[in-house]
Amino acid sequence: MSADALGGTALEARGLDVLYGDYQILWDVSFRARRGEVVAILGPNGSGKSTLMNTLSGLVRARSGEISLGDRRIESLPPHKIVGLGLAHVLERRRLFPYLTVRQNLLLGAYHPGARARREETLADVEALFPHLRERQTQMAGTLSGGEQQMVAIGRGLMARPALLMVDEPFLGLAPRVIEQIAEVLTAINRERGITVVFIEQNVELALRMAHRGYILESGRAILEGPSADLLASSEVKRIFLGH
Amino acid sequence: MTAEVLLQGIVSGLLMGFVYALIAAGLSLIFGLMEIVNFAHGEFLMLAMFSTYWAWALWRLDPVVSLPLTAAALFLLGFATYQGLIRWVLGAPMLAQIFATFGLAIFLRSAAQAIWGVDFHLVKDPLVQGRISLAGLFIGLPQLMASVGALLAFVFLNWFISRTETGLALRATAQDRQAASLMGIDTERMFALGWGIGAACVGVAGALLTIFFYVFPDVGASFALLAYVTVALGGFGNVPGTLVAGVVVGLIEVLGGLLIAPALKYVAVFVLYLLVVLWRPQGLFGRF
Repeated sequence: MSADALGGTALEARGLDVLYGDYQILWDVSFRARRGEVVAILGPNGSGKSTLMNTLSGLVRARSGEISLGDRRIESLPPHKIVGLGLAHVLERRRLFPYLTVRQNLLLGAYHPGARARREETLADVEALFPHLRERQTQMAGTLSGGEQQMVAIGRGLMARPALLMVDEPFLGLAPRVIEQIAEVLTAINRERGITVVFIEQNVELALRMAHRGYILESGRAILEGPSADLLASSEVKRIFLGH
Repeated sequence: MTAEVLLQGIVSGLLMGFVYALIAAGLSLIFGLMEIVNFAHGEFLMLAMFSTYWAWALWRLDPVVSLPLTAAALFLLGFATYQGLIRWVLGAPMLAQIFATFGLAIFLRSAAQAIWGVDFHLVKDPLVQGRISLAGLFIGLPQLMASVGALLAFVFLNWFISRTETGLALRATAQDRQAASLMGIDTERMFALGWGIGAACVGVAGALLTIFFYVFPDVGASFALLAYVTVALGGFGNVPGTLVAGVVVGLIEVLGGLLIAPALKYVAVFVLYLLVVLWRPQGLFGRF
């Protein structure tokens, strides 16, 4: 990683309040990912991690607060516009198009005009990252194993040629060997391609081993933020995740 | 009953089946895309038939000639229906969605009665008329024209949704709206497009039917009922499945009339519908 690549702000949110009906999910949450960083979002179930990610990608609209991607304000843009600006979002539980083939799923990842022109080139790139997917090209995505589905989901996200990739629970329900493989890919796309990676994970040890920095959410508030090593040592983290 | 009568019945059932399939394909496409049943589908068909009739009555344009215009007009109607009505009830409870399209149906039908009266109209002396006899079977050329036209339209629709970029985006939107929007697909536009294409299907079907069928404000009702059965049979949202289902419905209608009693032909169709709903609610072919 070159020095000038890391440091500038890739994505920043300030003071997000998000409500579902009358029920407030996020309270004044601020978030920042620097260019070239790997950032983990941690927190117990129902703490608002997915809602934060969905708000960043435009799926959920914040009641108040600002979101900037690079130097552009995006909080009022629809998701299909945001992905064109370089922010890809891989949803929780992969959410592939089950009745489309693996290849069709991947190609759809490059639907926005900025990525479409270089689609075949990107596809070759993604297949180099997940060689296993090449044999699965014509298979319906719904018939893949969980690990293969996660590879397609991440591959589909990369097809958009994003500057920043957000992945919601990349390891959910996967076997340890597959977790290792996915973790390696996420680390590799960050190190070798300079893509900023933001991900949600329940396993604190695993997440902070991969990430440079982490955010901890509890009951819809970002209560703690810092470098991975600091968070691992923090007594607050132990209280939240280990209950002592 | 002779074998000839039976064979004649099978042929005419087959011919109507393709038209039913095209009407149902539009309905199925819209449902598959957003899980909204267009209860005004029959009225769209009625409008397509009136448009074809008036193109003939006012400008002497034959149904076959005005077909592209009718299809385009219905596309715009479907598009406008989405923008002006459906878009506003997308997040509403299902009952509100049902009332929206059902209300539209009643409005369109009443408006047609008010403006054009309740008389039956028929295009006289159409370009395609007469019949051919083939190995002892008689085939009406208007019916044959309608059938082949519907089949061609169906093949084109199927090519569009399975082979083009936009078709792929439509299917992606149908399968997971949120994930589709994260691919950069403008899902609102896909919905509007889906309504346009769905209505254009009945536009083509309506134009073809007007070659040999009476046009009146209630004409859509019976076709719409058969279309709902066809969609259920083919699998809700499964466009290719409606082709086979349409043919099955066309055959059962005719054979029910021949083998049981003409008055009971729809009973046979709706018994089939009940059997499917009870034993195979996902339809014969599932989702697409």
